[in-house]
Amino acid sequence: MNAFSYVRPTSEAEALRALAEPGAVALAGGTTLVDLMRLDVMRPARVVDLGGLPLDRIDAKSGGISIGALASNTAVADHPEIRARFPVLAEAIDAGASGQIRNMASVGGNLLQRTRCSYFRDLASPCNKRSPGAGCAAFDGYTRNHAVVGGSPNCIAVHPSDMCVALLALDAVVRIKSASGERTIPMSELHVVPDRPNVETSLRPGELITAVELRDAPFAKRSRYVKVRDRASFAFALASAAVALDVEGTTINAARVALGGVATKPWREQRVEQALVGKRPTQQMFDAAAKLALADAVPRPDNAFKVALARRVIARALALAGGVS
Amino acid sequence: MKPAIGAPIDRVDAQRKVTGTATYAADTPVTRVAHAVIVTSAVGKGSLRALDIDAARGAPGVLAVLAHGNAPRVKADRAGSAPNERVLQLLQDDWIHYADQPIAVVVADTLERAQGAASLIAPRYETAAVVASLEQSLPTAFEPNAMVHGAPDSSRGSFDIGLAAAKHVVDATYETPNENHNPMEPHATIAVWTGSDRLTLYDATQGIFGVRQRIAEVFGIPKEHVRVIDQFVGGGFGCKGTPWSHVALCAMAAKVVNRPVKLAITRQQMFSLVGHRPHTSQHIQLGADPEGKLTAIRHAVISETSSFDEFVEPSAMQTRMLYACPNVITTQRLVRVDAPTPTFMRAPGESSGTFAIESAMDELAYKAGIDPIELRLRNYADRDEQENKVFSSKSLRECYQQAATKFGWNRRTPKPRSMRDGHELVGYGMATATYPASQWPAGARATYRPADGTYLVQAGTQDLGTGTYTIMTQIAADALGVPVERVRFELGDTAFPEAPVSGGSTTASTVGPAVKDACTMLRAKLAALTPADRAAGQPVVAEAKSEVSPERKKFATHAFGADFVEVRIDEELGMIRVARVVAAFAAGKILNPKTANNQYVGGIVWGIGMALEEHTVRDRRTGRVVTRDLADYHVPVHADVPAIDVIQIDEVDTVVNSLGTKGIGEIGITGITAAIANAVFHATGMRVRALPITLDKIA
Repeated sequence: MNAFSYVRPTSEAEALRALAEPGAVALAGGTTLVDLMRLDVMRPARVVDLGGLPLDRIDAKSGGISIGALASNTAVADHPEIRARFPVLAEAIDAGASGQIRNMASVGGNLLQRTRCSYFRDLASPCNKRSPGAGCAAFDGYTRNHAVVGGSPNCIAVHPSDMCVALLALDAVVRIKSASGERTIPMSELHVVPDRPNVETSLRPGELITAVELRDAPFAKRSRYVKVRDRASFAFALASAAVALDVEGTTINAARVALGGVATKPWREQRVEQALVGKRPTQQMFDAAAKLALADAVPRPDNAFKVALARRVIARALALAGGVS
Repeated sequence: MKPAIGAPIDRVDAQRKVTGTATYAADTPVTRVAHAVIVTSAVGKGSLRALDIDAARGAPGVLAVLAHGNAPRVKADRAGSAPNERVLQLLQDDWIHYADQPIAVVVADTLERAQGAASLIAPRYETAAVVASLEQSLPTAFEPNAMVHGAPDSSRGSFDIGLAAAKHVVDATYETPNENHNPMEPHATIAVWTGSDRLTLYDATQGIFGVRQRIAEVFGIPKEHVRVIDQFVGGGFGCKGTPWSHVALCAMAAKVVNRPVKLAITRQQMFSLVGHRPHTSQHIQLGADPEGKLTAIRHAVISETSSFDEFVEPSAMQTRMLYACPNVITTQRLVRVDAPTPTFMRAPGESSGTFAIESAMDELAYKAGIDPIELRLRNYADRDEQENKVFSSKSLRECYQQAATKFGWNRRTPKPRSMRDGHELVGYGMATATYPASQWPAGARATYRPADGTYLVQAGTQDLGTGTYTIMTQIAADALGVPVERVRFELGDTAFPEAPVSGGSTTASTVGPAVKDACTMLRAKLAALTPADRAAGQPVVAEAKSEVSPERKKFATHAFGADFVEVRIDEELGMIRVARVVAAFAAGKILNPKTANNQYVGGIVWGIGMALEEHTVRDRRTGRVVTRDLADYHVPVHADVPAIDVIQIDEVDTVVNSLGTKGIGEIGITGITAAIANAVFHATGMRVRALPITLDKIA
């Protein structure tokens, strides 16, 4: 770990000023940042501890729920309104990490969770994410845990978050503040594919995530998360799916399907969604629609199994959400 | 008074552990201790062209930077050392034999400053092509020079004739991957020099006397001048069996900076600095007559070793005696890869070897259409046919019978994929467990302290978390004829009578008899005291050294067991879970059923990890370990561990040692991996012959 300066602002204005300094990074729960600093993967000059900011409120209103960026993962997953109105979010968070880590991890931090690519975490391996232009050790390396879609020979690191997959399926919106004011970004635009692997989001320097907004929608209530991993708990997804269905009578009005564990960012599968709309929710229909997922996959030798697996995960999640299993 | 031996008493050190007052090596308070960190090589083979240490040396708080060129000259090779010692990497040359080999040591006044300075070291390498895995060099397999477990090869009868006569034949190759032990407590050493040739080490080790001997050799000082202390070990599993480079590097650093130094290795370094279970490729051929009676067995093992040292994973050993068969060949070969030297890992040989032989027996059961238990009973060995010795005791039939009944084996329909429950395929599998019962010489001392009427018993052994403190207290109490509350047992100090490494499931059978003898002698001495002696109030001491009885050598001594497993596999998603385990073990006298159950269950949990999860993956281009932390190197979490029901079979053995114990630390991880693999086959019809069985292998 390098020597760094540390500040703990007590107001948003103060935090924004501190984050605008060169080399500043925000510290929330620390479950990514502290880990990566201990490995020397991140060597920030300045750590801005957001723990003194009043950003941990979960505000349930009619029409939607606003989640403060510093609300813990545990608080979100345990919130009765979230469990009732956005069950996929609670399920996704509960499927991630361990109880202890979920107690520490924040919603804002989880949005910016860094990849678990083991080459990224090993300083002796070249990594374009760590040092742009250095090359990607993963592409021709051990790729079992890597992305089958959204990557390139520059980077095939998987976005590891479970929570983000659920938020993508729920059409969540991220609220952001900076010295120049406030803006919102839809979840679908927060993360970017690694054209430049060191750039992972559309956030601009000095910006601070303040909240995540969820809007009620008919599909949100009927939403599920299915995660497949190498052991029963405390493991990253080999493939996961967040799905949401609006079913009226015997017809699917709207569907949302997002994948985790297989892509360089939380991955929306609109082809699957479109195939479902207007159809009757049957297992056969779900299986057929799921087969349309990952049509553009470019798997590596060690992770080719993920393509078929992800499709089966989607089919299972749809069956659970559609009540046909 | 009821005997303490055999009672399921709580661990005598439990309170100290749960209250955080048990002192592990790195916890020892030492004044003015400085902190060392090891810098390791980025490349997997080659040499150091240059190593710029100036920036690190100038960093705040840095006391010294040791590297090739300025490190004191010491003896790193193992010539003259005990056969299980390893060649060490002690900054004596600029060669790099494996990725993450030590290339420098930074010492600073705080750990953070040492780590910060370490990141400033800039090596430049001359890189050579790496042989990263066993497959790459299989054709170069060679016969090992020596094997600590016995001769590399065995042969009886004529394999070819036996195979030619067979009706049913199994011919398959099984593979077990590289695995790392990863005890919860990473290795750590504190070195304190109390003179130019006197050293005290607080070291996380399974063998304090082995550390003493080797470190004395490395520094060329009398072993009596080295004291090694380790009161608590946070798991060993073999990787703490012999001292690795960091122990000597810590002592070297302390000598250079002339103050005590602490060196704790990181979790990432646990994958390169302290050994691993080597990758094995095991070719098995079985021949059987129409009734399933074995006519021929060949078990040919190839395991990896490093480019500069030899360690053999003796996976074929149990095959020499496990079943009755007139024609048996076993061989052990090595191939060199550019990797660290492997080492003992819980049931070295039997864990990887029973996966192969017991998977093959399951394949034979299907080929011959015979129930897997029945097949094993038809080939039941009443004596060790290789050594031509009878067993001192063997209760394997009882293990099969009792575990099968409790498990409900008769509910199994043998056809693969014939049992299911909703989305899940259900599979039942079984296998035989076995581990040798060994005994080595050991010493112990018992002291009566008249001041408070208590007994202090000491032996230079270790408690790896297995319960040594507890069972030795029980043995001492019975020999002295006093309640356990009046006995205090101490271990982990080379100032105590010498005892061997805690390995090979031998501690109870080795140190136990010495403790029993010392306490028996003390009891006799106390009984003979005159009233005048008693009035004088002096402590009374008795010291014993136990030896292995010559009688024992006439017998084959092994523990046996049987594992029964139910797996459930999500048919579409492939997720495999072990739903239920019933196992029975017969291992002689059980000193404490509670700590014994911990050992058996712990072994089975290890087996679940070995069967389904554990895999040290190396990058084939660089030889670097890719799975370098516990997020990438999976071991079972609580949710992976089902109800595990262990039956302890009563077994009386008057041969093995004066206590009748056989050792239970390792048998739990034998057999279980094959039982799981056999259950996966039953559930899916897929025979996975390469561990770990991950979901992509049954897709």
